[in-house]
Amino acid sequence: MSTTINQSPATKSPKILVFSTDKISDPGIDQAGLRKIHYAPSVYVISLPCSSGIKPKWILHALEHGFDGVFIAADGHECSYSSRCAEHTNTIVEASQELMKEKNINPRRVRMAALCSVCAEPFASHMENYGKILASLED
Amino acid sequence: MKQRIGVYICHCGGNISDYVDVEELGKMFHQEENVVVSKDVMFACADSNQKDMVADIQANNLDAIVVCSCSPKLHLHTFKNVAARAGLNPSNYVQVNIREQCSWPHSDRPREATVKAAGLIRAGINRVSYSESLENIELSVKKSALVIGAGVSGMKAAIDLARSGNEVFLIEKDFFVGGRIAQKETLFPTNQNGKEVVAALYNEMKKFPNITIFTGATVEKVSGSLGNFTVDIKVKPRYINPNADKKAVKRAMDECPVNVHDDFNLGLVERKAIYKNYPEALPDVPVVVAEALKDATDFTGKFASTLNLNEEAQTLSLIAGSVLVTTGYDHYQPKEGEYGYKTISNVVTLPELNRLMEMNPDKLVYNGKQIKSLAFIYCVGSRQTKGDNKYCSRQCCTSTIHTSLQLKEKYKDIQTYHLYRDIRTYGKQELMYAESSKQGDLYFKYEEKEMPVVSVDGKSTIVKVKDYLTAKKEMEIEADLVVLVTSMVAREDATTISELFKIPIGRDKFFNEIHPKLKPVETVIKGVYIGGTCQGPKNVSESVQSSLAGASKITALLKSGTVSVDPIIARVDADKCTWCGKCSDVCDYTAIKKVLFGEKHVAGVNKAVCTGCGICAPVCPENAIEIAQYTDNEIESMIDGFVMDFDIKEKGAGKTVEVEEEGKVGMKEYPQVWREILAGMTDEKNTIPEIATNSKLASELVTFHLMTMNRYGVVVPAGMDAKETYYYYKVK
Repeated sequence: MSTTINQSPATKSPKILVFSTDKISDPGIDQAGLRKIHYAPSVYVISLPCSSGIKPKWILHALEHGFDGVFIAADGHECSYSSRCAEHTNTIVEASQELMKEKNINPRRVRMAALCSVCAEPFASHMENYGKILASLED
Repeated sequence: MKQRIGVYICHCGGNISDYVDVEELGKMFHQEENVVVSKDVMFACADSNQKDMVADIQANNLDAIVVCSCSPKLHLHTFKNVAARAGLNPSNYVQVNIREQCSWPHSDRPREATVKAAGLIRAGINRVSYSESLENIELSVKKSALVIGAGVSGMKAAIDLARSGNEVFLIEKDFFVGGRIAQKETLFPTNQNGKEVVAALYNEMKKFPNITIFTGATVEKVSGSLGNFTVDIKVKPRYINPNADKKAVKRAMDECPVNVHDDFNLGLVERKAIYKNYPEALPDVPVVVAEALKDATDFTGKFASTLNLNEEAQTLSLIAGSVLVTTGYDHYQPKEGEYGYKTISNVVTLPELNRLMEMNPDKLVYNGKQIKSLAFIYCVGSRQTKGDNKYCSRQCCTSTIHTSLQLKEKYKDIQTYHLYRDIRTYGKQELMYAESSKQGDLYFKYEEKEMPVVSVDGKSTIVKVKDYLTAKKEMEIEADLVVLVTSMVAREDATTISELFKIPIGRDKFFNEIHPKLKPVETVIKGVYIGGTCQGPKNVSESVQSSLAGASKITALLKSGTVSVDPIIARVDADKCTWCGKCSDVCDYTAIKKVLFGEKHVAGVNKAVCTGCGICAPVCPENAIEIAQYTDNEIESMIDGFVMDFDIKEKGAGKTVEVEEEGKVGMKEYPQVWREILAGMTDEKNTIPEIATNSKLASELVTFHLMTMNRYGVVVPAGMDAKETYYYYKVK
């Protein structure tokens, strides 16, 4: 049977946008690939220098333009830029949730967890769990 | 917006093309309006392809390129250089990761991997269309380096830097150089005396006129940035008249009537108020504890011409192009009562034992009693699941076993007991562990949940331990001396240095490098490097390796007199900015300052200091800050690219690609051997020997591949036969 590659996948898993960081969590996500640890192909990653630099408007943009959830793979205590990285990133999550409330978007559609540079399995399991949560949301 | 984009999609041998239909994608993106070249290539990083790319860029006058291959961590610079060679600004290049983040993790679903790759590539094209040509920031650098801490790491680095022709300032907080290794009588593995190593390094340094050493010096203020740091240091007075006769100084030391705490010997003994850490300590000028001699007027009167008690501290300003921090570590100080420390008289720490051994050349005596047996308790102050220090201090196992060997060699008749959690004598150090076991040292393994207990029973000290090597039997060890093997911890003054230079501190409180493997001595502060144990527990050779790495980095940096810095930094839209100061408040590097723009105040970014972390961007209420290459346009267009698959379809450019139904991988995707195995299988249950016979393959090979095929859902296990011997497999 032939089909165009543009069709959405038969098994519809939620579309997740991951914000990772160049030095810590993105290598962790790469590692998952390197070790052929599978996660849903509906996961897309944008890597930034630091998770504290994510603008809430980007999160909102993603949620309004077709993503089911945004996952911030933060540096936590390992951040090489700031020892207050977790604090800053948390503020960003809270700020986005405020914006999301105004637009009637479920605040659970943004989520944050610390991910290290070798956290391959944790990343895959985060994606699985978050995918399940997103699938259950009806907003 | 870029109008002439080149897209290169890599097969990576088969790493990508086995799962992602790169040929189809190549054709598909060729239809895009602003894409001039779209190709699938076998190996994008191959020399031949790099040459083709350069030719393409020049022949088609491309204004941006997108390479879709592996992780940017591998080839970002390869392709930036390709762009540069073709005369294209390297900022107009985007790397799309379709291997680590697409073909590999989704090798189980090739069809969906292709869909995802299309989204990723679309996002890359969108991003590159917003790319701007950025020029590297050129800074002039002073050819001088400041090394902080004259321990073994700092001295080695200073010599290396001086040998490469740099002006070197070496500052040491203590009045004598050498740091911790001077406290070690013998060093593993060469059994060299620590003090001799210090003397040799000091004398070597003295040969270089371009090394200036400051002892008793601390950093007070830091300003400037990469290439031009201004560091104010305070040099404390020694209170010795520089013109005094050496013999008079010696006499003053001998006759000094006041004793003070001996930091060098960890307070085990006292020292004179005019002291040297040890007789051969360098520089060869003693130090006076002026405060302690306040009331000894007779003595100070007698030596009035030798001592200069009115001497004042000096403040100097040093200018350095780069800074290497090698401030070292502190010993973990057990809390009072931790394993009886300070509450039971014969409990000491390992560093204290090392000092005791040096002070007792013939017989090991502590508290007036000769020591015949010692019990070492490992992992004190490290690997605490519930405490502060979760890390393994890595060098203490070796240090303890080395001490144990020295004890036996030095004092002959001595028995040691080792209460450990895990022995981590990695590498060649394992030989020493073997030697220790051979000489009769006894090892007992304990677990954190059942820690050894030190108690006093009459005159003797008893250590009770549940030994996991003998089925958790409780052992009682009577020891003359209980030695706590304490860990390395970050120095108490590390926070001061961290605040001055803005070096981030990790969870373990040591200084944080950018990445422990990829950038092990670099910090996010441009021009500031770290080496030795200030970045985490290390042994001597590991410390020196890291500080020498730092020295090489600095030499390379200072070599040409100018340095070009990545232009990925914050920028402020002055029209939007209303100066509220929020960005400046969150910046850990003081890179943002209030500046005058026309008639209003706005945020100004110091290009040399900004690290491009982006922390300032989300806090701006006016959205006036952007990080170069991470602008709103770039990020939001990437998001649009990810979700764009329906748009591509509407354009009708997608063409169609033959892919199998969901859950079934196309036969052409299988390796040849899988096809042979499948040919040897029937629809019913098959055992491995049956398949091996049918397909004429070795049964080991069949077993191996069936496991993989099972993982990929090509076959399914169907249980065992009646005798529970064979596993049956079925084609799925």
